[in-house]
Amino acid sequence: MASPPLPWLKPAFLVGGLSPLALLALQLARDTLGANPIERVLNQTGMLALILLVASLACTPLKVVAGWTWPMRVRKLLGLLGFAYAVLHFLTYVVVDQGLALATILEDIAKRPFITVGFLALVLLVPLAVTSTNRMVRRLGFPVWQRLHRLSYVAASLGVVHFFWRVKKDHTEPLVYGGVLALLFAIRVAEALRKRRARSGAPASAI
Amino acid sequence: MRKKVPEPPSSEITSESLYLRRREFLKSAVLFTGTATGVGGGLQLLSGRPSGTDGGLPSAPGDAPKKKPRGPYDTDEAPTSYDDATTYNNFYEFGLDKGDPAENAHVLKPRPWTVVIDGEVNKPQTVDIDTLQSWFPLEDRVYRMRCVEAWSMVIPWMGFPLAGLLRRVEPTGKAKYVAFTTLKDPKQMPGQRTSVLEWPYVEGLRLDEALNPLTMLAVGLYGRVLPNQNGAPLRLVVPWKYGFKGIKSIVRITLTEQQPPTTWSRSNPREYGFFANVNPEVDHPRWSQATERRIGELRRRPTLPFNGYAEQVASLYSGLDLRRNF
Repeated sequence: MASPPLPWLKPAFLVGGLSPLALLALQLARDTLGANPIERVLNQTGMLALILLVASLACTPLKVVAGWTWPMRVRKLLGLLGFAYAVLHFLTYVVVDQGLALATILEDIAKRPFITVGFLALVLLVPLAVTSTNRMVRRLGFPVWQRLHRLSYVAASLGVVHFFWRVKKDHTEPLVYGGVLALLFAIRVAEALRKRRARSGAPASAI
Repeated sequence: MRKKVPEPPSSEITSESLYLRRREFLKSAVLFTGTATGVGGGLQLLSGRPSGTDGGLPSAPGDAPKKKPRGPYDTDEAPTSYDDATTYNNFYEFGLDKGDPAENAHVLKPRPWTVVIDGEVNKPQTVDIDTLQSWFPLEDRVYRMRCVEAWSMVIPWMGFPLAGLLRRVEPTGKAKYVAFTTLKDPKQMPGQRTSVLEWPYVEGLRLDEALNPLTMLAVGLYGRVLPNQNGAPLRLVVPWKYGFKGIKSIVRITLTEQQPPTTWSRSNPREYGFFANVNPEVDHPRWSQATERRIGELRRRPTLPFNGYAEQVASLYSGLDLRRNF
């Protein structure tokens, strides 16, 4: 069942999704980010990337469970916003935190699992962002596009692992994100199983 | 007589369709604003951290910094701002976020306060903090401080060398280590209501490290009494070691024959060793220790061996493999 047009929906999610960035920029300009603003920007952009990616992965399960269709209309936007924050997070680390010290950055990526998985998550998001336009969906064909975009499950999972390994003590918060993600996957799996059963069950009942 | 009601000219009458579209537009605008605010507010709540710049703290010392002659151990580097040094603290007894201690530490009562000194000493005693600090002339010392998380500060401490206190209580021939313990009182230290670390916090030094003239017990910073979040009323400062060795709010000093089980090295021995000497050559498993960010600066700077105090302390570790004994 399609929901009403809701012309304001996407612009509202875009503005809402970008407002933390605007606030961060404002706080940076006013120097109210505390003693270590670079650390704050890193933490916040990373958190926002993860939250928005998990939110984009919640759209389909919401349709399955609650029957809502409007989340599907902001799914792409949420994914792209998440990607944008992930890129900002990475750029903050590379440019501001490490001052473009390439040797150190490459060593970090190669040697430190917590950075390796974070970097891998970002790399996996690139083809998804590139193929996010309707034209690319048509060019690839929906089944191929859909399979490709299942990489988002891997990227979000790696994002949670990256967060988990980053925390020094008290893993409650990353575990909450891991739990939400696991629940979303469980709904997807249950739905896929239900569909398969319905498909194989159909000929038998339709004598 | 009834006056005729003047009718507006037809040009001023809004057509019904336009009127309805306007209502539609207004409705959309309201929904747009509500949704945008909701999404933004939700993201803010989930990702946000307290800024930690307030918390009812006294502002920076009002009197102009006194020009003092440089002491033998002072660095001439510019001190970190008082606000930064007192609002960016790792003190898990008051919360895990660096802004938490400044916000929560006001519940700690640093007076009256007693310190127990015991173990392998000839003169064990329990002493009031004011009596204890009256035994020694208080010195100002500007030290670099390097956190294991790869940030650093420059802090003007006020206190006295630990060696003076240890000599006063006369360590026995068996004493090889000094163990320090923080207050354990969840009423005064709300962070202790969760078990992220084993409470009370315990730190320790080898006796020769404790007797080094650089090692001090601080009771103040920036020429004023130590704020609670910085470890009031008594804390350890060991400038060539990572900051977590500088145990805060000390209630017990025990001289021991065995190496004391220290909190962080027990919690995660792979990442936090007993010695915890600042060493750019030995990486933390999750980040390099080769560089650090001085709080207040944008660019990283190279980390110095023993945090720049190698001349005074490197000899303490001759013959010790600092990669294994990190």
